[in-house]
Amino acid sequence: MSPLWIVRRIGFYVLVSVVLAFFAVPMLWLASAPFDEKPGLGLRWPDWTLGNVATTFDHPYALTSLVNSVVLCVIATVVTTVLAALAAYALSRVRIPGRDLLLYLLLLLSSVVTGTAAMVPIFVMMLQLGLIDSRFGTALVIAGGMLPAAIFILKDFVDAVPRSYEESARVFGASPRQVLAHVVLPVARPGVATIFVWAFVNAWGNFLLPFLLLRDVGQQPAAVLLRTLYDEGGSANLTVIPVFSLLYSIPVVVLYLVVSKRYGFRFHGGIKS
Amino acid sequence: MAAITVEGLSTVYPGGVRAVDELDLEIADGELFALLGPSGCGKTTLLRTIAGLETAAGGTVRIGGRDVTRLQPGDRGVAMVFQDYALFPHMTVAENIAYPLRVRGAAKAVRRETAARTADGLSLGGLLDRRPGQLSGGQQQRAALGRAVAASADVLLLDEPLSNLDARLRLEARTFLKKLQRELALTTVFVTHDQAEALALADRIAVMDAGRIRQLGTPREVFQRPADTFVAHFIGSTPMNLVPRGAEIIGVRPEYLSPAAEGLFTGEVSVVENLGVTSLVTLDCGDDQIGYVVPEDDEPAVGTTVTVDAPPARVLRYDEETGQLVR
Repeated sequence: MSPLWIVRRIGFYVLVSVVLAFFAVPMLWLASAPFDEKPGLGLRWPDWTLGNVATTFDHPYALTSLVNSVVLCVIATVVTTVLAALAAYALSRVRIPGRDLLLYLLLLLSSVVTGTAAMVPIFVMMLQLGLIDSRFGTALVIAGGMLPAAIFILKDFVDAVPRSYEESARVFGASPRQVLAHVVLPVARPGVATIFVWAFVNAWGNFLLPFLLLRDVGQQPAAVLLRTLYDEGGSANLTVIPVFSLLYSIPVVVLYLVVSKRYGFRFHGGIKS
Repeated sequence: MAAITVEGLSTVYPGGVRAVDELDLEIADGELFALLGPSGCGKTTLLRTIAGLETAAGGTVRIGGRDVTRLQPGDRGVAMVFQDYALFPHMTVAENIAYPLRVRGAAKAVRRETAARTADGLSLGGLLDRRPGQLSGGQQQRAALGRAVAASADVLLLDEPLSNLDARLRLEARTFLKKLQRELALTTVFVTHDQAEALALADRIAVMDAGRIRQLGTPREVFQRPADTFVAHFIGSTPMNLVPRGAEIIGVRPEYLSPAAEGLFTGEVSVVENLGVTSLVTLDCGDDQIGYVVPEDDEPAVGTTVTVDAPPARVLRYDEETGQLVR
C-alpha cells in the first residue's frame, strides 16, 4: 500500500461520490421538497407539511393537466403499439422488393421529420384539419412520430419467432388473425412490452408537439403546464412545482414496475433447436 | 380415414428450382409411408405441399378423394409434426395439445379433457402444466405428436420426426411411433434422410432424388432389389458394392458376400472395421474396393488374399449407361 495507491484510491472514491451526488441530489430534492414548508431550490432536511400538496390540488390546471397527460399518452401508446405490432408482423413475413431499404428510410426520415424541422407543416396541417386543441389529434401526431422506430424495433422481435410456430398453427386451422394473437404476439411479448413502455415514456415527456398543437391551457398535458407554473411575481412557483413534479414522475415509474412484473422484459425460453 | 393421391405434382421455388417435379404417388389409407432421400431431394417440400404450406405449381393433391390442391392447410384435414416440433413456448403442454380444439372454438373443459386423455396415451400424464422448455427432447416429441393426434385429422404428416433425438432415444421413439400409428390406423407420411429409419418403420418407401421418385416399394423390395444404382448406393447401412463389369455394373450387398474357394471377387484385405457382432472387411481388387461382412470371430488378417462369392439370386446387374436394374 504505497502512498500513491492510497491517493489514487481516495481520488477514485471522490470521483464516484461526485457522480453519485450528481444523480442523487435531484432525486432527494424530489422526495423532500414537496413536503417542505419552505421549499427552495437547494437540498435540506424539510420541515414536514402537506400544505404544498393541498395548494397544488387547488391549482386550477394542475390535476387537469395530469389527466390530459394520461389521455394523450394512452391514446398515443395504444395506437403506436397496435399499429406497430400489425405492421411489424406484415413487414417481417411478406416479401416486398426493397423492404429493408424502405424500413431504413422510414426510420431515418422519421427521426428528422418529427423533430423541429417538420413543426411548421405539421402545425399548418393540423390547423387546416381543425385538430388544433384536440388531444386526440395531438396523440395521433405523437404516435405517428413514434411508429417508424417502434416498427423497426418490433420487427426484430417478430423476425425471431420461428416460422414453424406459425406454420404449425396454420396446419391446425388457425386464421391469420389467430396466428398473430395466439402465437406471434405472445412469443414476441417482451418486444411488445418494450414498445409499450418506450412509447408511453416518450409520449409522457413530449413537450414540443402538445405545446404547439394544444393552445388551450385546459387541454395541455403536464409536460407543458410545468413551464407555466409561476407565482404572481414571475418567479418559479416553488410551492406547486415540487409536488407537481413528484406527481408527474409517478405514472412512468408505476407503469414500468407493473409491466416488468406482469409481462416481463425477460424471455421465458423457446425450445432449443 | 383417407388415402392420399398425388398426380403430376410440381412445386417450384422462387428462382426456378423445381423441388418437386411432376410427381405421381398413391398412399393407401392407414399406411405408414416414408419419403426417403438425401438432403435437397425434395422430400420435405413434397410433404409441405401435401400439407398446403407450399403452393403447387402444377398437378393435384387428393386426400380421401377430395381435391385439396387449392385449399388452405387448415382445411385439408391434415396434422403435422415439425422437425423442431414447433411447440408454442408460452403455452403449457395441455394448452399445446389442445390447441387444434382451441382454434375450432371448443369449450375450455373439453380442451382440458382431450389434453388429459391424449397426454395419458403418450405417457405425458404428469406433465400437463409444464412448458415445452421444461421437457426433455423425447417428451417434447411426444407432446408434438399429441397435439397432432388431438387434431383428429385424416392424415398425419411427420417431418424428420426422430432426427432431433439422441441415438438411444431414437430407437425407443421409433418403436413407439410404429405402435401408435398401428393403434390409430392413421394414414401417416414421414420424411427421413435415414434409410435405417425408413426400413424399420415404413410399410412402403419412396426413395426420392431431384424432385422425382427413384423407387417405390416395400422396405424389403427396396433393400433387396434397388431399382437403380442411386437407390442401391443410398439404401443399406454398409453401402452396396457396385463394380463395373463390361457393359454392366454388378451390385452385391456386403452382407450377402462370404469367403469361398472361387467366386466373384478376389483381393487383398486392406481394412477391417468392427461393427459389433460383425466386422466389415475391405478388399483391394485392382481399382475396386469390395466390402463384405464377416462374423466377429472370422476376421481375416490384413494382407491376406481372400476370394468372396454370393448366392446368384443376390447378385444384381445394372446397365452401365442408365444405371437401371437389368435383372
